[in-house]
Amino acid sequence: MAQPLVKKDDDRDDEAEYSPFLGIEKGAVLQEARVFNDPQLDPRRCSQVITKLLYLLNQGDSFTKVEATEVFFSVTKLFQSKDLGLRRMVYLIIKELSPSADEVIIVTSSLMKDMNSKTDMYRANAIRVLCRITDGTLLTQIERYLKQAIVDKNPVVASAALVSGIHLLQTNPEIVKRWSNEVQEAVQSRAALVQFHALALLQQIRQNDRLAVSKLVTSLTRGTVRSPLAQCLLIRYTSQVIRESNTQTGDRPFYDFLESCLRHKAEMVIFEAARAITELSGVTSRELTPAITVLQLFLSSSKPVLRFAAVRTLNKVAMTHPMAVTNCNIDMESLISDQNRSIATLAITTLLKTGNESSVDRLMKQITNFMSDIADEFKIVVVEAIRSLCLKFPLKYRSLMNFLSNILREEGGFEYKKAIVDSIVILIRDIPEAKESGLLHLCEFIEDCEFTYLSTQILHFLGIEGPKTTDPSKYIRYIYNRVHLENATVRAAAVSTLAKFGAMVDALKPRIFVLLRRCIFDSDDEVRDRATLYLNTLGGDGEVVETDKDVKIFLFGDLDIPLEPSDESFDIDSVPKEVKSQPLVEKKAPGKKPAGLGAPPAGPPSTVDAYERLLSSIPEFSNFGKLFKSSSPVELTEAETEYAVNVVKHIFDRHVVFQYNCINTIPEQLLENVSVIVDASEAEDFAEVTSKPVRSLPYDTPGQTFVAFEKPDGITAVGKFSNTLRFIVKEVDPSTGEAEEDGVEDEYQLEDLEVVAADYMMKVGVSNFRNAWESMGEDFERVDEYGLGPRESLAEAVSAVINLLGMQPCEGTEAVAANSRSHTCLLSGVFLGNVRVLVRLQFGIEGSRDVAMKLAVRSEDEAVGDAIHEIVSCS
Amino acid sequence: MELCPCVKNILLLDFEGKRVAAKFFCDDWPTNGAKEAFEKAVFNKTQKTNARSEVEVTMLENNIVVYKFVQDLHFFITGGEEENEVILATVLQGFVDAVGLLLRGNVEKREALEYLDLILLCIDEIVDGGIILETDANIIAGKVASHSTVADGLSEQTFSQALATAREHLARSLLK
Repeated sequence: MAQPLVKKDDDRDDEAEYSPFLGIEKGAVLQEARVFNDPQLDPRRCSQVITKLLYLLNQGDSFTKVEATEVFFSVTKLFQSKDLGLRRMVYLIIKELSPSADEVIIVTSSLMKDMNSKTDMYRANAIRVLCRITDGTLLTQIERYLKQAIVDKNPVVASAALVSGIHLLQTNPEIVKRWSNEVQEAVQSRAALVQFHALALLQQIRQNDRLAVSKLVTSLTRGTVRSPLAQCLLIRYTSQVIRESNTQTGDRPFYDFLESCLRHKAEMVIFEAARAITELSGVTSRELTPAITVLQLFLSSSKPVLRFAAVRTLNKVAMTHPMAVTNCNIDMESLISDQNRSIATLAITTLLKTGNESSVDRLMKQITNFMSDIADEFKIVVVEAIRSLCLKFPLKYRSLMNFLSNILREEGGFEYKKAIVDSIVILIRDIPEAKESGLLHLCEFIEDCEFTYLSTQILHFLGIEGPKTTDPSKYIRYIYNRVHLENATVRAAAVSTLAKFGAMVDALKPRIFVLLRRCIFDSDDEVRDRATLYLNTLGGDGEVVETDKDVKIFLFGDLDIPLEPSDESFDIDSVPKEVKSQPLVEKKAPGKKPAGLGAPPAGPPSTVDAYERLLSSIPEFSNFGKLFKSSSPVELTEAETEYAVNVVKHIFDRHVVFQYNCINTIPEQLLENVSVIVDASEAEDFAEVTSKPVRSLPYDTPGQTFVAFEKPDGITAVGKFSNTLRFIVKEVDPSTGEAEEDGVEDEYQLEDLEVVAADYMMKVGVSNFRNAWESMGEDFERVDEYGLGPRESLAEAVSAVINLLGMQPCEGTEAVAANSRSHTCLLSGVFLGNVRVLVRLQFGIEGSRDVAMKLAVRSEDEAVGDAIHEIVSCS
Repeated sequence: MELCPCVKNILLLDFEGKRVAAKFFCDDWPTNGAKEAFEKAVFNKTQKTNARSEVEVTMLENNIVVYKFVQDLHFFITGGEEENEVILATVLQGFVDAVGLLLRGNVEKREALEYLDLILLCIDEIVDGGIILETDANIIAGKVASHSTVADGLSEQTFSQALATAREHLARSLLK
């Protein structure tokens, strides 16, 4: 590839620009790959071509199927060459090309030959390549060699086989599990990394067998572990065993081992052990002390990674055991000026958590100096820490609020400003004394705020909180200034806020009218419309004043369906009060949920609350009583179809409501009158009572349609429902976004939906099953035995019954030890009608894989016990 | 539950954030676009720091990134949020030192591209599918360079010898 150096007219010299791959082209390299087919192979040249191919792949170029196949086939020819260097490159590129199953066959024999070669490097690499590209059928052929390789005296070969085993365990667990004797032997290997890999594989093979893992840990903690990595692994296993052993009294098993690891010579082991100790559940301060001591030493290490590791762990500890960390405060304070800003930020937030009331002021002073030279993302972390500090020490709100308002005035991006505003809003909400000063800070902020979103949100918030203060008039000036100085969006928001003051504070009404009348001449029609509407509803234009209730609905209600021109006279009650998008809350990442302004003042509601509010806002469902349970959404469409629909089953005592969440994914369509036609012919106990369509479903805007069924009281009626989406579809012109006048009626078949017994059961755990069981008493105990027939395994049978009943497994009894012949599983839940239910399941499996089950139910209501048995016997 | 220490990616970027070599071991970044976006984010976040004497560390998108710069090359290793950062730093140090041995101390972009095959083999010897294979730079470099000898270059006595032979064998340019 003779490439002339391209001379560039920039200030960098050509030397720096030089690259052997300059001007490389895929087509040309693929041409070059023909040398692989030469009868006389030139290993060096072949290696170079492979390097070029790898370079292309590494830079993100991709080969078409045909290209990849062609390259692969010619690469297979290179197995003829005896050149070691070339062979290495051949191994590498085969892994990168990830050949398909029929192609793999071509290289299998070559690789198997290499697997049995005398050259260790061949053996090790051939194993890694073959295991990477192989499938289950081939694996049985090579299994014998792999087992040998695991105990090979060459550590590289053994490690290659073990690591491959770890990967294969994901796809072919039953085969890899047969290797456990060899792996066990490899755990005793004298080679450090072989031991590490063997330990990793052995634990994964046995992860469902708690006893075996516990035995493994017991023997290894007494023996010698050679590599620090293996020691770290052992610490993790030990923590897991401790977590699962659940002994609440007496000395914690293996604590001594963890503690001894704090004196290990490798830093990674010391840190792993310290972290493991801090994460023990219910850790005592006596247990914590030695771990905190070594972490404290790390805080003043010269290595940034150690400082970071220590401060990150202490930061977590500070959330649960702030007192234990206070000893490190002096070291922590010196980290505020650490060059690594991640360390500095973690140090500050830790100090904010561990600090006491008296140290707040000093700390704030230090942070003020620090804020100017860190990035926005770190500032957000600090702001959040200060918010929680303020909630912890409400008396200190003055200095913390001042700090927030100071940083609010400084330069910063949107996310940062939003975090500050959110924090102020939360403080106003939770600390009554902070309200007045907080609102004034926000008022000052909007005087010079470049973010329309924040301005409108603050104006909205002012409209709700401002009128309730002692002197609402002082906010008016700030709000009215917006009408003069800002863009139309902010002006419109300001008009609404003024109207809210007018509606809530009678004394201000006349002055508000004057201001609103001025807004009637605004250049923007939305601003004018709002001003006119509010003047009208508040009675400012001398006409009949509407009822107070209507005013409040207009100003404070959740009306977000756009109005359309109509000949009929307008009636506010006819406007649907749908809370859009709220049920979608659970789909968003929890961290992204608006915590301050966006969320309702009571804090973000849980999903159930959200559903309950949604349903109770719909008049048709208001007499259904209290919502018992809402299922998680069940998808009724495949991913990426024209319309995405999922359904949530809401269970009431005598009703079931299906909430269909629909999204129209076609930009060129507007759907109207969207409803779901439900055929309940396979659900005899259910009778449809009402349904509620979505009027309009524009592109990519979630909408909900509901269908409600009545069912006999207290009976766990089950059945299957088939669903069809029916709607009127209108073409939308993508350039203008306007829909055509005429629509066509259409239907779209959805998947079936089932109501099962588990829908009537809420998963509610108990902390101590035995106590709960004893105190429930035998009065309403129902015991019976069932044959479950041949099952795949005991574990499969147990999880099938758990899913059938929809109850919460207690005390980890859902996990079945591998190879065990019997198992006891404890379940707890609350049944329809708020009846507590406890279930004890005893399983046994026979040689022919027949599973038998004894089911004992205790509940507060005899009928519920029978219902549980009925669920099991009917399925 | 995943207990085994896991490396999510190994990156070698140049002083402008361009990829010299990269290997991703998990599905967090499914497309090349996503990979490049991550590389850019990592590079931007770290470029102003001084990671020349010691391995540095930061958090990015719920990942821990450890990094070290040598001349015009930026070395990165990413692990999950719960990963032991000291382990990641050990792997990174092994990577940096092994590259130093293989490039005979001339750790710079030009050399790295010249001997890209060695760099790629080096990454291949450090991590396999996210699992750490080896962290000792001498052993890693020994395995990469063991090309030309009948692979017993693993014992440290013969290592320098093996490396010398290997270098001789490999001392050629891709330009002809």
